[in-house]
Amino acid sequence: MTSYQVVQIIEPSGRRHTLADWVRRGGLSRLVFALPLLVVFGVFSWLPIGRAVVMSFQETNLIESSWVGMDNFRAVFADPLLGQAVRNTGWFALLALVFGYPVPLVGAVLMSTVRRMKGLYSVLAYLPVVVPPVVAVLLWKFFYDPRPEGVFNTMLGWVGLGPFPWLQDQTWAMPSLVLEATWAAAGGTVIIYLAAMTSVPAELYDAAEVDGASLWRKIWHVTMPHLRGVLLITLILQIIGTAQVFLEPYLFTSGGPANATVTVLLLIYRYAFGQSLGSDYGMATALSLLLALFLGVLSLVYFRLTRSWSTS
Amino acid sequence: MRSPRSVPVLVLTSTFVIGLLAGCGSDPASPDAQATAGTQDEQVTLSVVSLIPGSEQAAFDAFDERVAQFEEMNPNITIEPVEYEWRATTFAAQLAGGTLPDVYEIPLTDAKTLIENGQLADIDAQFKALPYAADFNETLLAAGMGEDGKVYAIPAKSIYGVALHYNRALFTQAGLDPDNPPTTWDEVREDAKTIKDATGVAGYATMAANNTGGWQLTAATYSRGGRVQQDNGDGTYTATLDNDGTRAALQFLHDLRWEDDSLLADTTLDWGTINQAFAAGQTAMYTSGSDVFTSLVETNGVTSDDYGLTAIPTEGADAGVLVGGTLAAVNVKADDATKAAAIKWIDFFYLSKLLDQEQAVADAQVRFDNGQPVGTPVLPIFSRDQYELSLEWVADFINVPLDQMTGYTSVMFDQPVVGEPSRSTQETYGALDVMIQAVLSDQNADIDALVQQGNTTVQALLDAD
Repeated sequence: MTSYQVVQIIEPSGRRHTLADWVRRGGLSRLVFALPLLVVFGVFSWLPIGRAVVMSFQETNLIESSWVGMDNFRAVFADPLLGQAVRNTGWFALLALVFGYPVPLVGAVLMSTVRRMKGLYSVLAYLPVVVPPVVAVLLWKFFYDPRPEGVFNTMLGWVGLGPFPWLQDQTWAMPSLVLEATWAAAGGTVIIYLAAMTSVPAELYDAAEVDGASLWRKIWHVTMPHLRGVLLITLILQIIGTAQVFLEPYLFTSGGPANATVTVLLLIYRYAFGQSLGSDYGMATALSLLLALFLGVLSLVYFRLTRSWSTS
Repeated sequence: MRSPRSVPVLVLTSTFVIGLLAGCGSDPASPDAQATAGTQDEQVTLSVVSLIPGSEQAAFDAFDERVAQFEEMNPNITIEPVEYEWRATTFAAQLAGGTLPDVYEIPLTDAKTLIENGQLADIDAQFKALPYAADFNETLLAAGMGEDGKVYAIPAKSIYGVALHYNRALFTQAGLDPDNPPTTWDEVREDAKTIKDATGVAGYATMAANNTGGWQLTAATYSRGGRVQQDNGDGTYTATLDNDGTRAALQFLHDLRWEDDSLLADTTLDWGTINQAFAAGQTAMYTSGSDVFTSLVETNGVTSDDYGLTAIPTEGADAGVLVGGTLAAVNVKADDATKAAAIKWIDFFYLSKLLDQEQAVADAQVRFDNGQPVGTPVLPIFSRDQYELSLEWVADFINVPLDQMTGYTSVMFDQPVVGEPSRSTQETYGALDVMIQAVLSDQNADIDALVQQGNTTVQALLDAD
């Protein structure tokens, strides 16, 4: 029995819990502590989401609105650019998964085996995350100069690799974006993995050593199973994050060349702010809603499927 | 468990704090905000467009001097300059967010749509009070009038024809004569190749992004006798992006990019960044508005020595030069006192230098003292005679290298002028952007397929209007 239940028994029977009781027990102070959180989230998160849902069924210029039912959704599906945007987003997510997902893991594993100067490597790994995203993109845009004098092309020229078009070619543009995105985001995940790895009991490594396991066998059989839970979480977070990629396409190429890097978020931005006269906020919010629903369903399915594999 | 007495204390404190914060908002009923309508002696604060963000300090100094002169003449008006660059992608957001200044600048072609959307203030009454209201070039004035015949935006500055800008130093370095710039597109191609071979610098560059690529492709189309849109006269429009002029222009870009390797391979260039590239010596030639020299000096630090201006090559029957310009408009939320102040500012800052000798000299003096360009060739807002008269007034201050611009100035009044497409302009430009980017980024781009696809997209938009 909890102390609360004990108190209930001691009190005279038939007495209801009044507001005064709630206040006396500290209910008001709990509310006051929660109030800033509720207000901030309410005003800046939930209210805009609610408004967006409402706007997706309206035609509005933020001053006057009229209800148009499912017209916005129909218009979104009728947009020829939608298919391209979805394909590009999927391609970005896939590339980021294949090349970007293992990188922090490999980095963390390597860093955990290092004996000295571990702090230095952590700093170096996290440094790209600290650089403001816009600054990073502009820097990389400069590096990606397609002329032979461009920074990357010069460096690759030292090892005999020809000048590459980077952002100026429709096939190369998306992988170039993924490269920068991986560089910028890997550090944070490395730190998470390193922290997770400290929870592995040292005796397991000793036992593996006794069994004659090499470094890589230790990693595969001891470290990885313990990281399973974290890995599953970071996987779904990565998928959700890359599905919403906006910064790189917007700043690097504005969706070009020739719509090769238009993603769903960029399309939403174009609906809302792309036309200089008369923006379509209804279509923008409709597509946002569709994306949110898709990612929600994806997450549900994901957690269902991986329930048996996770440690929680 | 905390003592129950601390709870009321906490409640009182938080109520007090919340009350304080609530009272901190501005009071909308304050006397300042409600200027009596029509009274011109009330203190008015007017926010106006100044210069493009990142412009040279000297340009800002020149602007501030003019602001000071205006405030001296109108002690009841305080000017708040706002740095501003018109971009297709941010204008809508600023308009919706209400962060546009009271007086702002819009391109000629946008005015009608903004008026239809009810986003420009009706300044007809204030405009008609101007003594020279009847002297405007009628075509330009009509661009800022609504269906009701009232004036919502006033032609203000930078009435341009698209022209060819070139770097004289690179021409000399490549062994070409800078006083003999190319006059046909074939000559442009040859010179671009010569420059690339001799100096390693791209001979030609084109805008390709943020709808500016489409703007230049339209100019290139006009210069080859094509048109991208047809007004059927009955309220409907037909997209004609698949005309021969556009195809030829795209083929030209393709050849320069993939056969001659003389084109700057950057599909992200827009109006501002191509100016930067030119100023940095990364390209020898490009097309843009004829008045861009002012911006090159104000924002990119270009000096007169290396700059040359010539007419865009025109070939074929129906060839024309794309013209456009900038109108000054007033924020629709402005009250009467603000509108009155706005007209005074527009009159002073944009137009007085064209009509009043004293103001022309004052403006030129300020610009000259701060090393800003005076006398950049523009097309007249009033009449040609008035424009030439205004140049005579400031003859002593003209510091732009007019003798390096004769390729353009000798023909600028004789060139056949064609306006920008009047319906769905920005969307048309956006569709043309995609074509340029495709041609620049894919050696095997199918030009026919590109123009067909672009045409279908734009036609759907025109039909939907």
